[in-house]
Amino acid sequence: MMALPKVKHDATEARLEGLFLPEGVGWTAAARQDALARLRAQGVPHRRDEYWRFTDPARLTAAAPRPAAPMDLSDEAVLHDEIDRLKIVFRDGVFDAGASDDLAVEGCEIVRLAEAQKTDLHWARDIYGALEAQGQTPVDRPLAALNTAFAQDGVLIRVTGRVPRPVEIVYRHEDDTSDPILHHVVRIEPGAELTLLETGTAGARFNTALEVDIADDGRFHHLRDQGRNHLRQAATHSFARLGARSVFKSFTLTLNGALTRNENVIAFTGNDAQAHVAGAAIGDGREDPFHHDDTVFITHDAVNCESRQVFKKVLKNGAVGVFQGKILVKKGAQKTDGYQISQSLLLDDDSQFLAKPELEIYADDVACSHGSTTGAIDEEALFYLRSRGVPEPRAQDLLVLAFLAEALLEIEDDTIAEGLRQRIEDWLDRRAG
Amino acid sequence: MLEIKNLHCKLEEEDKAILKGVDLTIEAGKVHAIMGPNGSGKSTLSYVLSGRDGYVVTDGSATLEGENILDMDPEERAAAGVFLAFQYPVEIPGVGNMTFMRTAVNAQRKARGQEEMSSAEFLKVIRAKAKEMQIDADMLKRPVNVGFSGGEKKRNEILQMAMLEPRLCIMDETDSGLDVDAMKLVADGVNALRAPDRAFLVITHYQRLLDHIAPDFVHIMADGRIVKTGGPELALEVEKNGYADILAETA
Ligand SMILES: Nc1ncnc2c1ncn2[C@@H]1O[C@H](COP(=O)(O)OP(=O)(O)O)[C@@H](O)[C@H]1O
Ligand SMILES: [Mg+2]
Repeated sequence: MMALPKVKHDATEARLEGLFLPEGVGWTAAARQDALARLRAQGVPHRRDEYWRFTDPARLTAAAPRPAAPMDLSDEAVLHDEIDRLKIVFRDGVFDAGASDDLAVEGCEIVRLAEAQKTDLHWARDIYGALEAQGQTPVDRPLAALNTAFAQDGVLIRVTGRVPRPVEIVYRHEDDTSDPILHHVVRIEPGAELTLLETGTAGARFNTALEVDIADDGRFHHLRDQGRNHLRQAATHSFARLGARSVFKSFTLTLNGALTRNENVIAFTGNDAQAHVAGAAIGDGREDPFHHDDTVFITHDAVNCESRQVFKKVLKNGAVGVFQGKILVKKGAQKTDGYQISQSLLLDDDSQFLAKPELEIYADDVACSHGSTTGAIDEEALFYLRSRGVPEPRAQDLLVLAFLAEALLEIEDDTIAEGLRQRIEDWLDRRAG
Repeated sequence: MLEIKNLHCKLEEEDKAILKGVDLTIEAGKVHAIMGPNGSGKSTLSYVLSGRDGYVVTDGSATLEGENILDMDPEERAAAGVFLAFQYPVEIPGVGNMTFMRTAVNAQRKARGQEEMSSAEFLKVIRAKAKEMQIDADMLKRPVNVGFSGGEKKRNEILQMAMLEPRLCIMDETDSGLDVDAMKLVADGVNALRAPDRAFLVITHYQRLLDHIAPDFVHIMADGRIVKTGGPELALEVEKNGYADILAETA
């Protein structure tokens, strides 16, 4: 292996300063050591790296996070409150037993990483760090390796049936300088099904990873609201491996956030499977910076699979949106149906959207398409609304909601979709004052 | 009610005069029709009155009940009672018809210092009015004008007019593209709204709408001016002989 350039080596060692492979981590020890070796070999990302061209990772690789004050969230309703769900609460990355429900729900087994690594857990051992490691080719994801190596806790879920209620991982951010690393693992056994909700801001800076291994005919739904904290810095990764006829659906809502990099890495390994990833983000850079990056890599290595990416961003006052989406269709992955759309709505001339859609296809019988657009508010529609008496700011909000609604349509469950839509509306209303 | 005096306007983007001195007074309770050849400035007049961007008023005035409307934002004009039924109603994907109408009704009420309509009351009212316009519940649920036929769009305009109860209703070629039944429906909708404190400015190419909506006055517009004013018989004359004679006699 080529030696790391000195700057990368130094930056990596600087990041590692004060981080130690945790003791007593049992069966995760080997995976953690391997991950640390990967990280050392790759080095932490740098903005000159091609994969970080549009997003400067400096804040994510600095030894310490930039302080980020928690938000007062007393003005908003609890998300998903009307849904019967099992809650697992992390406060600045630390499990809060008092605020969490008993980790017991029909159809699945839930344990925390910090607890389970002391015992033996065969199913998790096969996944922890393994999907992340697979996701490291052909592109390096050093922050994900860092996560596997140093994760302080997380949730391990093995789903054996149809889980009657969603599991929700609730993040709370209360400490200005918290810097949690959390790693979740989900194994969906054949024919099983789970809805996983992730809600809130995990810390001033956070690095989360989610590995999802879906066996044949399994179904996994993931709905995430990243909260509305302004200065927080986030790197998140989802790695999914899809068996035959399985379904993976993930939606993320992001309101505010100085820096967010959400990576989705999906691999089809069984035929006839389906993966949909979608995201809606709104950022207003007036008071605090907003930079949001969705990076998706989908590998089709099976026949007749469908992948779909729908990402929408509304940007204002110098906000920056990034989309990097790749569909790789391997030789033999015939009948692949790959669709990708990334769109931004720029509310002024200061904001920008940077998109890099990519298709790489080695099979001949496939239908793949991608599109990326940048647009402004439709003046005709705005005048039509105003001519009916709708004040301009409200008219604009209606058009913003309409723009994002297309991403929300990707959500299967109407109640969850409505809850997230309301979140967007509340965000717009607060700004209207 | 509406008083337009010597109104001149040009395009914002280029130095092209469109309205070249329009004079028009409309009293409460009356229906005025404007006819005229294509490109004479009829739509432009409707846009300038409702506040669309892209036009600059270079001279003259327009007042509603004595209030200058030309300096108002479109939403302020709407709250003051101006309504334009668009020649080409705009499709707005993602915005539900119901949400749109409720937002509009309540925004206008708020602007006028009236109490907002409750959801239940709003639903009751809009359902009743939609039924009159033969607009079914499914159309109300769909995004504004998306997937509506030409006739459905026009009926939706009249429904909006009925919901908003404006003082001045401007209708820009609401009849074009409608079949006889749809036109009858639109005319009935308009006639139901006729009231002593409401006025209509109906822009049309055809006499046939005026058969159903009997106008009090008919104006002929040409090259940015109103060149002739008369009673309903003027529309019949246009129907029979076209504009050539009128234009020749006023040139
Ligand atoms: N936004 C615009 N840009 C360019 N030309 C315009 C615009 N609006 C109106 N015009 C021109 O002004 C004239 C009057 O148009 P319009 O008001 O639509 O007439 P009418 O409705 O009587 O057919 C036409 O020559 C038309 O091309
Ligand atoms: Mg016209």
